[in-house]
Amino acid sequence: MSETSATTTPTGITGASILLDHVTKRFPGQVKPAVDGLTMEIPAGKIVMFVGPSGCGKTTTLKMINRLIEPTEGRIVVDGDDVTEMNGDTLRRGIGYVIQAGGLFPHMTVATNIGIVPKMLGWDKARIAARVDELLELVSLDPALYRDRYPKELSGGQQQRVGVARALAADPPVLLMDEPFGAVDPITRLRLQDELLNIQDELQKTIVCVTHDFDEAVKLGDWIAIFNEGAQLEQYDTPERILGDPASEFVENFIGSGAGLKQLTLTRVEEVGLAEAVVGNPGERAADVLARVAEAGHGHAVIVDDRRRPIQWLSRRKLGRLDVISDVPDPKLPVVGIRATLNDALDTMLVSSAGAALVTGRRDMFKGVIDVQTVMDAITRSQTAAVLESDQAPVGLNTGMFQVQASAASAASAASVDSVAEAADELAADTRAAQ
Amino acid sequence: MNTRTLNAEAGIAGGDSAAGIPVDPAASTATVSRGRAIWASWKGLVYQLAGIILACLALLVWLLTADLSTIELTTLAPAALWGYTVEHLQLTLLAAAIVLVIAIPLGIALTRKPLRFLTAPVLAIANFGQAAPAVGVVVLLALWVGFSFWAATLSLVLYAVLPVLRNTMIGLDQVDARLVEAGRGMGMSATAVLFTVELPLAVPVMLSGVRTALVLLVGTAALATFINGGGLGILITTGVNLSLTTVLVTGALLVALLALLIDWVGRVVEHVARPKGL
Repeated sequence: MSETSATTTPTGITGASILLDHVTKRFPGQVKPAVDGLTMEIPAGKIVMFVGPSGCGKTTTLKMINRLIEPTEGRIVVDGDDVTEMNGDTLRRGIGYVIQAGGLFPHMTVATNIGIVPKMLGWDKARIAARVDELLELVSLDPALYRDRYPKELSGGQQQRVGVARALAADPPVLLMDEPFGAVDPITRLRLQDELLNIQDELQKTIVCVTHDFDEAVKLGDWIAIFNEGAQLEQYDTPERILGDPASEFVENFIGSGAGLKQLTLTRVEEVGLAEAVVGNPGERAADVLARVAEAGHGHAVIVDDRRRPIQWLSRRKLGRLDVISDVPDPKLPVVGIRATLNDALDTMLVSSAGAALVTGRRDMFKGVIDVQTVMDAITRSQTAAVLESDQAPVGLNTGMFQVQASAASAASAASVDSVAEAADELAADTRAAQ
Repeated sequence: MNTRTLNAEAGIAGGDSAAGIPVDPAASTATVSRGRAIWASWKGLVYQLAGIILACLALLVWLLTADLSTIELTTLAPAALWGYTVEHLQLTLLAAAIVLVIAIPLGIALTRKPLRFLTAPVLAIANFGQAAPAVGVVVLLALWVGFSFWAATLSLVLYAVLPVLRNTMIGLDQVDARLVEAGRGMGMSATAVLFTVELPLAVPVMLSGVRTALVLLVGTAALATFINGGGLGILITTGVNLSLTTVLVTGALLVALLALLIDWVGRVVEHVARPKGL
């Protein structure tokens, strides 16, 4: 298990598909069910975002996947296996779970926190220790520095990273996240989102994430499910289609104004061209780097550390003043992840007033430079491009006539999905008429 | 090949020691500041112990130099004093042990899901029961059970169960519900969450309840003498009845010092048992 995630090349999908089959949850003493006959397919290796107003049942739905909340009716199928009747604790050990602010146990060190599930699964100490270090690397925390710290000695963002590492400890195929980035400041949140996308690039888990922040859903989600009260699915589609073709007035209101600007969040940094940069290393003579910068005709040189992480961004003038390049990282470096949206990139540029930003890929490795002009060009292009291309949408509906066998077929043909959805609409209309 | 690896290792070692020189002073200041932090956290406890020892010595000096009558001398004979103290401690510790065995499991049970609805009413009763005067409890129980060491123990238990029960419940209640959920969400069983998350996090509050109970017990055990329960209380009653001020003062001081000493032990345990990272 650990070997597959240790490799740095993409390993293909390691996630598992999830199916909610006519799932209903009634809490005692409540007239209306919190989740009403929801049928929903969550494709393997994708990020599915649950959004909706508070109290709409999105969190209840999420917690029914790992059966922290037991469904009143219906089945939960993970990777083809019906898990509705299996032992809940065993099920949950195989599903990662991340909550707001990480939910770290304050009386345990970072390493102990991360090692909880492996320990329950009976791994030996050496294997757990190796896995802890590997995961800390994965979430960009230096193991030597953070392994033995207690949660209160970490910042909010670092706690959240450890929370993600803990959820990934036993390499589960499915990761459930309940408003994971709700408790951190906006800048840290952007960083964490970028990092999650980088991790997902590497691991390709199935991630189900509840959020109340629509922008976050657009940024992270391969698919977005918009819920109304009683976990009624209003629309379950790609971010592009939800922004371009909202299914109902509810969805339109939920997206809010500025849908046009939100299109900016649909293009990722990796999709636009990055500019090359002259790269130097700490310890090099500044004059040598300056010579390379002059030769390339650039204005700046990027200094990277031994893991190719950018630590400084030096102008020609600054290079001229220096003798040897130091290894002190510049804390105000404008950095965006390669999976960040153009919106984030623009934000970072404006905050740093550099007019450009450094782009980093997996494990914070330096990839290139993006500038304002590139973003502007991309905006113009995306406005002209058509966004409304039909995709192979997964099935999602309420109290529909959906059959499990149909799910595989419907995933292959969009037409059948439409017909099932229509049938569901008719059924819903019938029930409404009956009431 | 071999020599080359050896050389390489030597090189690494040399590099290490070279780097070690500038690091060393920083490390020593770190140990100094850590030492200071440890002293700061233990300072109060050391002062408390020093105060108790000083008071003991003062009492001893006073007893040795005072002009005592023969009755006083027999009552305050070292062997007799030691006997009363041991009896007092026995009464206190036995009652405390019974209290722990009853109150902690009960407190845990009352905060579990099936009995959770009882938490609020039991806490209300615990708070209100604390207000009942100790002498009343001791004497009423003795009238019912009979005048003996066991009647005394039983009344002490009844009296001291309340703070331990209350603090166990409050300690468990104040554990962040999200942490419990995080534990369950990772696949820990309810029992595993109780023992690895809830109880460790409740330990500081629970221990402070135990300490309160012990101090209460030392004080209340002085009343056991009213029902033939033994203990240091006998010095106080003798002192009052026979107008022997020295005996009265000695008894009262010994009870007070014993309470302070037990409080000190409790604080030390709390300090040591407090989970790291809180």
